[in-house]
Amino acid sequence: MTESAQVGGRYVLDRADFPAFLDGMRAAGYRVVGPTVRDRAIVYGEVRAVTDLPIGWTDRQEAGQYRLERRSDEALFGYNVGPHSWKKYLFPAHERLWTATTTDGSFEVRPEPDDATPLAFLGVRACELAAIRVQDRVFGLAGDPTYARRRRSVLRVAVECGQAGRTCFCVSMGTGPAVHDEVDLALTEVLEGDRHYFLLHVGSDRGARVLTDVPLRPASPVEEGAAADRVASAAASMGRSLTTTGIRDVLVNQPDHPRWAIVARRCLACTNCTMACPTCFCQSTEEVPDLSGEKVERWRRWDSCFNSQFSAVHGTSVRQSTQSRYRQWLTHKFGTWHDQFGESGCVGCGRCITWCPVGIDVTEEAAALREPARPTVPSASKGTTP
Amino acid sequence: MTVAGQPKLGVFKFASCDGCQLTLLDCEDELLAVTDRVEIADFREASSAVRAGPYDVALVEGSVTTPHDLERIAEIRAQSRVLITIGACATAGGIQALRNFADVDEFRRVVYAHPEYIRTLATSTPIKDHVPVDFELRGCPIDKGQLLEVLSAFLGNRTPNVPTESVCVECKRRGHVCVMVAHGTPCLGPVTQTGCGALCPGFHRGCYGCFGPQDTPNTPALSERLTLLGMAPDQVRRVYRTFNAMAPAFRAAADAAGKEATP
Ligand code: SF4
Ligand code: SF4
Ligand code: SF4
Repeated sequence: MTESAQVGGRYVLDRADFPAFLDGMRAAGYRVVGPTVRDRAIVYGEVRAVTDLPIGWTDRQEAGQYRLERRSDEALFGYNVGPHSWKKYLFPAHERLWTATTTDGSFEVRPEPDDATPLAFLGVRACELAAIRVQDRVFGLAGDPTYARRRRSVLRVAVECGQAGRTCFCVSMGTGPAVHDEVDLALTEVLEGDRHYFLLHVGSDRGARVLTDVPLRPASPVEEGAAADRVASAAASMGRSLTTTGIRDVLVNQPDHPRWAIVARRCLACTNCTMACPTCFCQSTEEVPDLSGEKVERWRRWDSCFNSQFSAVHGTSVRQSTQSRYRQWLTHKFGTWHDQFGESGCVGCGRCITWCPVGIDVTEEAAALREPARPTVPSASKGTTP
Repeated sequence: MTVAGQPKLGVFKFASCDGCQLTLLDCEDELLAVTDRVEIADFREASSAVRAGPYDVALVEGSVTTPHDLERIAEIRAQSRVLITIGACATAGGIQALRNFADVDEFRRVVYAHPEYIRTLATSTPIKDHVPVDFELRGCPIDKGQLLEVLSAFLGNRTPNVPTESVCVECKRRGHVCVMVAHGTPCLGPVTQTGCGALCPGFHRGCYGCFGPQDTPNTPALSERLTLLGMAPDQVRRVYRTFNAMAPAFRAAADAAGKEATP
């Protein structure tokens, strides 16, 4: 039985009707992007059919390690966040901003055409909703027109986590695993015996509109309870934790803490943490002229505080050492981000921990920086377990 | 063809495989734009027509391995306003610099029927060891986009935009899944300079280090990780001893790994 979904309503969507839900989003004019298995990981890409989703797959994560594994069930969203984040759609890694051509001694600037199909983000986790909100503020304050244009048309379909990963700490950062942020639709997946369904919360008119032809029924208190239990068990099994009390001052007031030198010995200055982080927004813009000298394109690309050239002033980097770069990253993310944007730059997704090739763990570093500075630096760096 | 006032470009080969010069020929579409802007005065890989120097820009491929090379590079430098080395051979001595760690006389005796005809130096060395170099373009082989950028920069009197950051930056920008984290495949990307477009990780392989060390290479930390991933000291040594074996950071990393092998 189909009934028209109301904003604020809570419904049950049966697994068997999931294809109809995908159809609903497409019929409303969205291109659906979401989790899919590629190259031994769960990444974000085009979702054309339910079989594009990571059915029956999960991941095992540790500092510097990610392994794709089979589940014992056929869950669609039985994994935790992977190497990609939604920022790749809202703030693409390479993006042409405009093209200028010379014509008779003058020049003409053409902006990029705005012809993208609106996107539906399927499977946004609570920490990721928070990350989108953090970037909304950053790009909003900067008045960035391309971000605003893309962001405006996005349909956010959240999925609450039913399990936590070994590098997750959203509970510490107050961002998850339950969805509290404003959202268009929120799903919680429940597998119980031979029942497989989703508790569906409708958060906006935009969300309600894609449900017109989707079979739904009002959720019973038992079904709501089953969904809440899933989320509670995820909250109880966080792989990491971080004490946030006074964290800004701990970082900002200790530029000479010996821990910075210790972590710098392990850090590769490779940028993986910042590239994988869903809130990192650093970028470079560059003009790319062609050989004729008659045409130039302006491109923007992801950049990182771990690159020496990123802090180059008049050709010389002001952060020559890896130590100064690591300190900049951690101090900004957990400290001066508060001064700049009135909140933390970290949402506790754990990507920087998992995707650091040497397994440097921000929660471990932040904890060590709370320890009183010891007078001597240990003589050799010891990596954590692989 | 000569057009008055057009800069003259020379392309010169030393000990190398010609792959970097072929990258210039491989520019196809852009090659016409290049020849519109510069007069190619000497490029034997492309044309037997040769015009004498001086040259505005010399592209030098290959390393110095013979006494004759020593004379030629001095001559080319004297004839060229700007000298740009292209590729790992010209910039770090190339794969042939592995001879620097071995006995060349022995190779000569084993390989050649008449070793007395072979005049070679004991080492393969980069161009900058012998003459001043204005810009070094890395890679084995070089990247066509970077080559065009360097040419266009020198023609436009600006600094080339050639990043010195790690391969990981581009690997992540392209959305590749990290091979080291997701399957434990050893990868030199974190210590290697970008330029290839993260080609190998895009095909589920670890980076081989073709573009030499990035500007802040932490090879000790990477070596420690490679060891944790199960590589023996000799294997760690070998990953640094390839096309850029003589680049100082890779050379030191190989030496450090070797030391562990003989406690
Ligand atoms: S700092 Fe790390 S844990 Fe925090 S949001 Fe960024 S990637 Fe996630
Ligand atoms: S913390 Fe890890 S991921 Fe980040 S730059 Fe250092 S080594 Fe790379
Ligand atoms: S695959 Fe290699 S180049 Fe890519 S992020 Fe991982 S370590 Fe870096």
